[in-house]
Parts: sequence; structure tokens; C-alpha cells
Amino acid sequence: MRGELRKDEERPGESRASDPAWAIELERVARRFGEVSALDQVSLAVRSGEFFSLLGPSGCGKTTLLRLIAGLDLPDAGSVWIGGRDMARIPPHRRPVNTVFQSYALFPHLDVWHNIAFGLRMKGVPRAEQAERVGRIMEMVQVSNLARRKPHQLSGGQRQRVALARAIVNEPQVLLLDEPLGALDLKLRQQLQSELHDLQKRLGITFLYVTHDQDEALSMSDRIAVMNHGHIVQVGDSESIYESPRTRFVAQFLGSCNLIDGTIDGREGEAIVVRTAVGPLRLTSHPAASPPVPGQRCTLAVRPEKVSLAPRNGHLAANTLHAVVRDQVYSGAETQYLLSAADWSFRVCALNAGLNGRKYPPGSPVSALLPPESLIVLED
Amino acid sequence: MQNHSMPQTAGSAHPGMMSRHKRCRELWLSLATAGPGVFWLVFFLLVPFGLIAVISFLSRGPHGEIGLPWTLENYLRFCGFGLLGYDPLFPLILFRSLMLGAVTVLFCVGLGFPLAFFIAGLDGRHRNLALTLVIIPLWTNLLIRTYAWQILLAHDGWLSALAAFLGLISPGEALYPGWTAVTLGMVCDFLPFLVLPLYASVEKLDWNLVEAAMDLGASGAQVFRHAILPQVMPGLLAGVLLVFIPAVGQFVVPDLLGGAKILLLGNAIQLEFGSSNDWPFGSAITLLAMGLVMTGLWFYARMMGRRQEVGIL
Repeated sequence: MRGELRKDEERPGESRASDPAWAIELERVARRFGEVSALDQVSLAVRSGEFFSLLGPSGCGKTTLLRLIAGLDLPDAGSVWIGGRDMARIPPHRRPVNTVFQSYALFPHLDVWHNIAFGLRMKGVPRAEQAERVGRIMEMVQVSNLARRKPHQLSGGQRQRVALARAIVNEPQVLLLDEPLGALDLKLRQQLQSELHDLQKRLGITFLYVTHDQDEALSMSDRIAVMNHGHIVQVGDSESIYESPRTRFVAQFLGSCNLIDGTIDGREGEAIVVRTAVGPLRLTSHPAASPPVPGQRCTLAVRPEKVSLAPRNGHLAANTLHAVVRDQVYSGAETQYLLSAADWSFRVCALNAGLNGRKYPPGSPVSALLPPESLIVLED
Repeated sequence: MQNHSMPQTAGSAHPGMMSRHKRCRELWLSLATAGPGVFWLVFFLLVPFGLIAVISFLSRGPHGEIGLPWTLENYLRFCGFGLLGYDPLFPLILFRSLMLGAVTVLFCVGLGFPLAFFIAGLDGRHRNLALTLVIIPLWTNLLIRTYAWQILLAHDGWLSALAAFLGLISPGEALYPGWTAVTLGMVCDFLPFLVLPLYASVEKLDWNLVEAAMDLGASGAQVFRHAILPQVMPGLLAGVLLVFIPAVGQFVVPDLLGGAKILLLGNAIQLEFGSSNDWPFGSAITLLAMGLVMTGLWFYARMMGRRQEVGIL
């Protein structure tokens, strides 16, 4: 229904592939601030109805990207398409998107009800409909009892809910969220994360979610784009981003990762053998893009929870290292070990399955198995 | 009572004495610090004001002396009910003065708004320069500035020539004396008083709110009305008051640039206390004008600012 309506509005020249599957398309978008390149030739496509996260450290350009989509800033080059329409000449107040700002940016002189009704008022929605929609949204985000409060009388979590309500009451095609939970404490953040996730599924609105918190991105998103220095480094669903990071940056930014330098030695059946400081390691997965060339230097990564420890016995199997426990940190559900083998120190994370589970106090000699399928070759 | 059992009751054994001592000390401290200011206000503001209030209800003798009986005649006369039937001379003077204040405020707001935003948008060094330029006219004596306008706007001045060239006045006419000159002089005199408080508000403007409003579908005018104006309202209100109140009472500038032909509140009061030597009537004009302006401004502030947020008046 909505797609048909939009098609009528579009003039033929403006419409491109007019594929309604894409909510947002960015084509080689660039933005510089003086000498600093905030975004460098970024291309990205977000599907309709998707919970899409932009993940990266502060200063990576993710907020700039959001502002370009909202129209609060203009790209130096490239184009922004929303719902199949070029946004080059569309001012922010006529774009079919709404933003939840990091600072919330609630109007201090208006009470909660009027803050939420703001967008509807600006568009001249009839009063009765305003009241009905505002009431419904306030119930949905559980702020009905705060209608007459001013923003300064609200807690952080309440402000966040009001900011969210103020945006979604307009029923945008895309909701842009700029680190909306950044200012809240952990407990509240986790609660609101799941509420946001449910809300997105219920409303079916495309969410573009900016965050620097990897746990948040992994647990909420359908897909994630990892950004660094104004580039998109990798796009994929949570699992593929976490399990097969392509670069050193992605591997280390999402969760912790043990890295070791090596040289490709050759093939051994299905496996690829890499010579490293701790001996030859076999691995089964390799990025298809670059076939292994013997003699080529590379970096291997392995997640701490993929390594398994066992008491050392004389026999040394393939991909097994003789290591010594340097330190251990007990943190309830799991125990973190810091180990060293030859010159390489690495981390291992073991679940505390039960009281009779094996413990390795500092100083104990162990053998650590690095399963071939868990070793990842990184592009540099 | 077991006064000696607990240390903190040592004082309460003679509670009256102790607290009286303390109160005395505090009184002295307050007097020493606030005293001069209070003295100044009482003797140079409240007492004269009270005298004027009393005098305004007294009568003028044949030679200008102030005396009994008590009367309301001064007020009636100001409202236009004189000996010779109704004469709207003084209501007109009041109206003219209020108009002068309103016009001055209007022009100052029209010029001051863009100026305040322009200055707030400059970088640090240029901003200070611009602020200094706004303030510099205040360093020059009002009379000198006003006489300078006389010369600039005279019929042989280049501004008059320019106005004639543009067809605003007929050739040979001058901008001075007249309402153009008065308005120009007033706006130049009072503009800094509007720009400075307004600038202080604009500088603190939260641009996130402006972006939020745009994001929520507000067009340019709506953004101004709903996201910018509420934020700068305190500064605007302060500026309007700082311009309007003195502008209503101003008489030097209108006198010198208007050709001394227009009677305003300020002139009228000056006249009654001076050459007409009618203090009771002068006092009545003073009080009535003040009362009117204050009441008007109170309503204005209520209307514009929903008082608790603006914090003025």
C-alpha cells in the first residue's frame, strides 16, 4: 500500500531501480571536515524492515553517516537514496526518516505530551488524530503517566523512552538511532535493548542503529556494518561478523581475539599449514577472495572461547601447544586464563560448567588445542 | 531538664540569650554589608518616590507652591478632564510616547535579531571585535551623538541627498528634523541594549533542538517559532524591556532630532517641574505613566514568557 502511494508521487526521472526492498542506499558517499575525511566513498544498502547497526569506535564517521541520511548534513560527493528516492534536494523536514538523538534533544519548554506530538503538529495532523496517536505511542513505550512532566523532571531512561516515542509517532520509513542508550547504566541499557528489539519487530520500521557497543550491536541487529576511519570495513549478520572477521580491526573490535603472525607454508590435504612462532598450525577456513600463496605473510586470529585446555601429557597432537598458565580471573560464569607458549601470550576463556570442572592455577603446565576450523586468516 | 548531661544542651541552658547574641551579630553583619545599598535605595529612591506620590494628590497655589487641599484633579487633568471640557492633549502625549517606545523596540528587534545571530556565528576573535563595535557608541556622549545626527541628516548632508536620489524625499527636503531622524537616533541609541542580552541567549542556543525540530518535520518558520524563539525568549524579553522603558521616557533625542515640536512624556514632566512650576501635576504624570508602563509590561511578560520559565518580573 505504502509502496504504491510513493510510486504515484515519484516522477519517472527520480525513480531508480525503485526496488522497495531497499530502505536506504548510499552510493560512494564522501564527507570531509577541513583536512579530516569523515566518510570516504561509503556505499551501503539497508533492507526494508531490517534492524541494521553501524558499529565502530568514536570518530569513525558513523554519526556523520546518520546525519547525512537525516539531511542534517550534506555529502560532498555521492548520493543518498531513501525508499528508492534520491534525497539530494530533499530538506530534512521532508525526509521520511526520524532520529532519536544521542542527547535526546527533548524540547525543554514542552511537556512530554507536547514533545511527542511535535512532529504531528508540524505536519498539521488533526487534533483528534494527534491525541489518539500520541496516546497509543505513550502506552507502547510506557510513559502514559508522565504526560504533563517537563523533560527536566524525567530520569534518563524516561527521557530515552520519550525521545523514542517522539520519533516513532511519526511512523517514519526509517528510524535513525544515534547511540540512544549510551548515557544509561548497564541494567537499564540491557532492558531497553530488548524493548527496542521487540518494538522494531512489532512496528516493522527499518531501524538504523549507531553504536560503539559491540554487545549491543551483536544482540540486537539483523545485520551490522563495522566502520573504521570513515570506511565500512565489513558488513554481515552478527554471526558472520563475529565468527569470520575479515580484518585485524574487526577481529579485535568485536570481542577479544588472540592474534599471531605467520607465514603460509602450503597445503596438507584440505588444510592450510601456517608456520608460526609456536610451531605449524593447520586451518581449514580461508577467505575465498585471496587463495593461499606459500611464503605469504599473514595474521591468524582465534577467539579465546574456542581454545580448549587439557592437562599436559607427553604426546603433542596437531594444533596443540604446550603452554603455561600465567594468570586466571574468575568471573562467575566463566574463567579467563592468560597463557604463554614460547613467546606468544594468549587468552583462553573457559565456561565454569560445574564444581567438578577442571581448574588450572597459575603456573600449571597445560596443553591448549586450537581447533583448525576456529583459526581465521585476517587481511591486513 | 537535665541540661548538664549532654554537651549540646550547654547552649540551650540560656537559649534566648545565645540566639539573641547570634541574631545581633547577624544583624550587624547584614547592616555593614547591605547597609550602604539599602540606605541609597531608601533615601534616593523610596523617599523621593513617596514624596512624589504624596505631592501628586496636593494642589498648586497661585505661585507654584504646594499645599492642601487633597485632590484628584491632577490625575483627572492628565486623563483630559480639564477646566475647559475634555481635551485629549495629555492622553495624546502618552500615546505618542508609547508609540515612540514601540517603534524603537520594533526596529531594534528587527535589526538586533539578525545581528545577534551573526555575532554568535563568528569565531572567537571576530566575535569580540563585533561586540566591541556594538558597544562603542555607548562610550560617546548621547548629546554628541545626537548632534552628529543633526549634521548627518541636515538638508545639505549626503544622507538627505541619497534619500532624495532614491525618491524617498523630495529634493531640497531634509531628513532632519522629523520622525525619520527621531527613529534613526532612537534605534541607534538603544540597539546595543537589545543586542547584548539577546546575543547572550543566542550564544547559549542548543542547536540540537533546532536539528530535532527539522528532523520532526518543522519548516524554516516553524523551526524559528518552536525551537529557536522559546530558547532566546529570556534574552529577547530582557532586551525589549531595556529598550522600551527608557525609550518611552526619552525626550532629549526626540527634542533635538524632531525639532522640539513634538511634546512627549519626558518633555511634559520636565516642563511641569520646570518652567510651569506645577509639581503636583508633574508628579501625577510621572506616577500615571509609570503605572501604565509597568502594568502593560507585566501583562506582556505573562503573555510572552509563562513567567516561571523566563524569570523576569
